[in-house]
Amino acid sequence: MAFKSEELAKAYWRDNISLVLKLLAVWFIVSYGFGIILVDWLNQFTFFGFKLGFWFAQQGSIITFVILIFVYVKRMAALDNKYEVHEE
Amino acid sequence: MDIQTLTFIIVGATFALYIAIAIWSRAGSTSDFYVASGGVHPVMNGMATAADWMSAASFISMAGIIAFAGYDGSVYLMGWTGGYVLLALCLAPYLRKFGKFTVPDFIGDRYYSQTARTIAVICAILISFTYIAGQMRGVGVVFSRFLEVDIATGVFIGAVIVFFYTVLGGMKGITYTQVAQYCVLAFAYLVPAIFISFQMTGHFLPQTGFGATIAEGVAGEGTYLLDRLDGLSAELGLAAYTEGMRSKIDVFAITCALMVGTAGLPHVIVRFFTVPKVSDARLSAGWALVFISVVYLTAPSIAGFAKVNLINTVNGPDLQGVEYEAAPEWIKNWEKTGLIGWEDKNEDGKMFYSGDDRNEMTVDRDIMVLANPEIADLPAWVVALVAAGGVAAALSTSAGLLLVISTSVSHDLLKRTLTPNITDKQELMWARVAAAVAIALSTWFGINPPGFVAQVVAFAFGLAAASFFPAIILGIFHKRMNSTGAIAGMLVGIVFTLAYIIYFKFVNPAGNIPENWLFGISPEGIGTVGMVLNFVVSYAVHKMTGDAPQDTQDLVESIRYPRGAGGATH
Repeated sequence: MAFKSEELAKAYWRDNISLVLKLLAVWFIVSYGFGIILVDWLNQFTFFGFKLGFWFAQQGSIITFVILIFVYVKRMAALDNKYEVHEE
Repeated sequence: MDIQTLTFIIVGATFALYIAIAIWSRAGSTSDFYVASGGVHPVMNGMATAADWMSAASFISMAGIIAFAGYDGSVYLMGWTGGYVLLALCLAPYLRKFGKFTVPDFIGDRYYSQTARTIAVICAILISFTYIAGQMRGVGVVFSRFLEVDIATGVFIGAVIVFFYTVLGGMKGITYTQVAQYCVLAFAYLVPAIFISFQMTGHFLPQTGFGATIAEGVAGEGTYLLDRLDGLSAELGLAAYTEGMRSKIDVFAITCALMVGTAGLPHVIVRFFTVPKVSDARLSAGWALVFISVVYLTAPSIAGFAKVNLINTVNGPDLQGVEYEAAPEWIKNWEKTGLIGWEDKNEDGKMFYSGDDRNEMTVDRDIMVLANPEIADLPAWVVALVAAGGVAAALSTSAGLLLVISTSVSHDLLKRTLTPNITDKQELMWARVAAAVAIALSTWFGINPPGFVAQVVAFAFGLAAASFFPAIILGIFHKRMNSTGAIAGMLVGIVFTLAYIIYFKFVNPAGNIPENWLFGISPEGIGTVGMVLNFVVSYAVHKMTGDAPQDTQDLVESIRYPRGAGGATH
């Protein structure tokens, strides 16, 4: 057991799950939300010559995915340090 | 120098480079891909993963499909990148902490069951085989064009080269070879895109050129490129480029199957088992996606430019058709492969491409990326470079997949399960037999393809989504999940998905229309339904059969934090 107590282990896992769920919410909204479900409505707006919904489906979602992973890397490193379960 | 000679030189030079790196890095250190403490930097590992990941489907086929499907092609763009988010957040760090080499190893140990392990091995073979069947077509397209032979001969030549590449072996395993392959592939993809973007819109960046206005001197000057495409599509009776034709639910299902499948593909997951630390597993996934995005953010631009150029070349700037006698060289070259066809229906001697009955052209989607530099009249060395990129993409992935198939059969299935008494020599022989059988079968599929390269590859993702993804996710996030539940779920998921694909692609291909599909979901997207079934069945069976034993639950607890991750063990 790397944690000092059962409570800390639970708290770490809870924080981890909550971070992952938040990031996956963004992941879902940008791709399935903007790129698919709301695409027709968003297409009425123009963004640098692109219809906005089309841009999210072919460019914006991919850029967001990259950012999401790096946010996750940074936040998880902070979480590991906080609960002292980072690798030596 | 003509294109064919240049192609031989450039493809030959890149091969020499890969072999040189393989020899050099072997002499320098023995730490190849499978050594977990090898200390490959996450940036390098990310680049190698990107090369491993991007196959003929990404390089040769994807932009061509987008060029013809427009918005509908977005499923590939979002699907094949969004999966990395799932991989980084939900799988990679935990599987790394678990410390095994392959997906069947994880499934077998987590579900404390030899049966679960065997089913996982069979799923891995099925998935890899479907994937490689798509690759062989891609290799064939490249070789048929540059040797100026028909497509069947091209596939056959490609298959022979892939076989020797794999049997001589060793190359796949070395990270730095893959780094070189990534560089060749990305360079070959970007150079023509930048050239064409500048030519057509005056923008150096294809990503912004794609949304810009058409430059002076090009047909349709002053209008936005995408508006021009929509306008042309309407005039020619095609679906609007930025809107597409597939139903929303189908686009949703295909995107989901591709994303989830990415996170369940055995040869991708393996890369994250073997980085030195858990934190590196997270970071490697991020860098892999950065390098993949370089190609994926360029693909839709290439698609848009290629489509406009194709219409301009075939129909002429005035959309009246172009005299076949005056057709550019590339049309005649591709005709030799049988992948472009012209039938003068109205006997006016002119070519015409459209979406209605005026159409006189058949254009295979898989040639668009390779033909693109020729269509845009770029220098011959760029055309040759793209061929080298296509070969690198197809060969690196095929070789890796063949290794998965042959080791799964000889080691996981025969040695560890069915016939534990075979000698090492027999094991090696079976590995070669498995590779040869896989190549022979996929050559057949390459000559008689059930779809375009990227579509066939999409089936592999559907199968991965329906089998592995739920078993792995439940294995990590639901510690009480037991072996009976996981086995039942995997079986139902893969059998359902495979049956649906086989039915619509081979048993009743004429019935493969939206009206007959379950919930309006095409065979490309059915893996999503298979995945949901897998989750539901696993959960229900688990409820009826009780929790996993305590030591398994403790094991799951221990993979949930990074501290104490050791090297991977077999």
